Amino acid sequence: MSTAEMSTTARTGAISIRNVTKIYDPEGVNVLAVDDCSLEIGAGEVCMIVGPSGCGKTTLLNAIAGFHSLTFGEIRLDGEVLCDERRPLASQGADRVVVFQNGALFPWKTLGDNVAYGPMVQGTLSKAEAREKARHMLAEAGLGDVAEKYPGEVSSGMARRAEIVRALINDPKVLLLDEPYRAMDALTKSIMHEALLEMYDRTKVTIFFITHDLEEAIFLGDRAVVMTTRPCRVKTIVNVDIPRPRDYHLLSSEEFRVLVEEAKDAVHEEALKAFEAGERELA
Amino acid sequence: MTAVSDMVQGAGVVRKRTRLQRLKDNRKLWRGIAAVVIALVFWEVGSRWDQWFGFTLPFIGLIPPPTDVAVAWMSVLPQPGYWESWYLSFKRVLAGFLVAQLVGIPLGLALAVNRYFREFFFPVFEILRPIPPLAWVPASLIFWPTNEMSIAFVTFLGAFFTIVINVLGGARTIDISLLRAAQSMGATQWDMFWKIVLPGTLPSIFTGAAVGMGITWEVVLAAEMISGGGTQGGGGLGFFIWNSYMGGSLPHIVVGMISIGIAGYVSSSAIRWLGDWAMPWRRLF
Ligand SMILES: Nc1ncnc2c1ncn2[C@@H]1O[C@H](COP(=O)(O)OP(=O)(O)O)[C@@H](O)[C@H]1O
Ligand SMILES: [Mg+2]
Repeated sequence: MSTAEMSTTARTGAISIRNVTKIYDPEGVNVLAVDDCSLEIGAGEVCMIVGPSGCGKTTLLNAIAGFHSLTFGEIRLDGEVLCDERRPLASQGADRVVVFQNGALFPWKTLGDNVAYGPMVQGTLSKAEAREKARHMLAEAGLGDVAEKYPGEVSSGMARRAEIVRALINDPKVLLLDEPYRAMDALTKSIMHEALLEMYDRTKVTIFFITHDLEEAIFLGDRAVVMTTRPCRVKTIVNVDIPRPRDYHLLSSEEFRVLVEEAKDAVHEEALKAFEAGERELA
Repeated sequence: MTAVSDMVQGAGVVRKRTRLQRLKDNRKLWRGIAAVVIALVFWEVGSRWDQWFGFTLPFIGLIPPPTDVAVAWMSVLPQPGYWESWYLSFKRVLAGFLVAQLVGIPLGLALAVNRYFREFFFPVFEILRPIPPLAWVPASLIFWPTNEMSIAFVTFLGAFFTIVINVLGGARTIDISLLRAAQSMGATQWDMFWKIVLPGTLPSIFTGAAVGMGITWEVVLAAEMISGGGTQGGGGLGFFIWNSYMGGSLPHIVVGMISIGIAGYVSSSAIRWLGDWAMPWRRLF
């Protein structure tokens, strides 16, 4: 299926997080990371998750991705239960692909082979077909020239873009991004944002995007969900009714500033609480 | 980069350089040669004049100068016994080293990926590991029927523990994000082992190999000196040195020592070369 067809198919990828609680239990010391958190994310929505460090955002993402179990509550994808109290660990599947905070391209594979990895291990495409499709998708993302390079040979921006392509080739319902642009400078970031929006406009995949950066949240998101400090719960939702396609001129517009301020007030209050509680995050 | 500087020189045209020109411009090579020449001159002068500016030079004044060593070397080069020593030592090193790799890499990986296996075997392993290879010599002389087998066994042990500990450490420190990424793209346990754990451990496998190779040479030479020139398990470069010592020929001792240096250099170059070949992505760093 080409990316053009994908956008015309019925939208999938609605996530519903219902009363989710996660208690970490390392050696009997209970850490309540997420407490009775509920959130409905529509199919094809770009949902930005904002909250202070250590509040439990990654924990939530890990539960959706199936990297660890939840303690109470349930998570559904398009109405089907991913995990609940009877089956607390969601199965890991290519319908929810993760892009990690520190980057997780395989250093020993070229960008092309990294992208081809998913379809190859799933057996949906032959090796040659997977390579061909990978090359095609990298070219679409402006990475055609570096498909034969190893991740260590390209800039972090290119690597990150390739990582998103590697996720998208699996035709996921949901893209889970955990602070993907965190370590980047503002200029690189804005290029990454435009590239991501461009990919989103083509695929309309549901995006669950964790960030610290409020401008990033408003610029990219349909909604910015502000979380409370630990235990994590939804504090406020800022609706971003700015039409797409968006470009960086938006950053200087009045409506954009107003929304950022709105989110900032909510986050600042929580950040202050987190700071006083001495929260720190596990990388 | 040289390509860039060439472009500047050739005003936008990349000039093809002849092999000779490239050799001439290879600064690394020239510095290496210069270093060896300077060391040789220093050594020659040092051993010819036992007093420098009124000071007695320790040690260097006692060893034969490089010219004497060269003469001694020339005299052994045509002798088949000298090459036999090379052959025997290399054979022992390679045998012990390869068996240690064959057993050590799978064991290290198994310890890394299987928690129960690790919890069960690691304590025993950790108690045996600190025992120096040479401490195993008496016991293995008793246990193994021939001297040659004892040497092989002790050599194997020397490399084995280092290899296992490197492989285990390397496999355990693979970034969990890589494993999760693979898993979330639908990789099975089998895929993850071959496509993530193994390539992720390769750098440590080669570190273990390089260190293990060094230990193997040490052990083989020591064992050759201990076992002497008996009918079985004799010979080798270690014995060559020992024999020269017994014969009181200092230049030949140095010939043996430098031969070992060269043998070690060849071995570690081979491992580096293999590492570059097996890990093309690491050549960039
Ligand atoms: N594996 C774990 N074991 C124990 N506590 C954990 C673990 N992972 C995270 N935590 C704790 O849970 C809280 C939330 O962590 P996390 O979800 O990583 O926060 P965020 O991603 O919002 O910065 C933190 O207080 C952290 O210390
Ligand atoms: Mg986090």
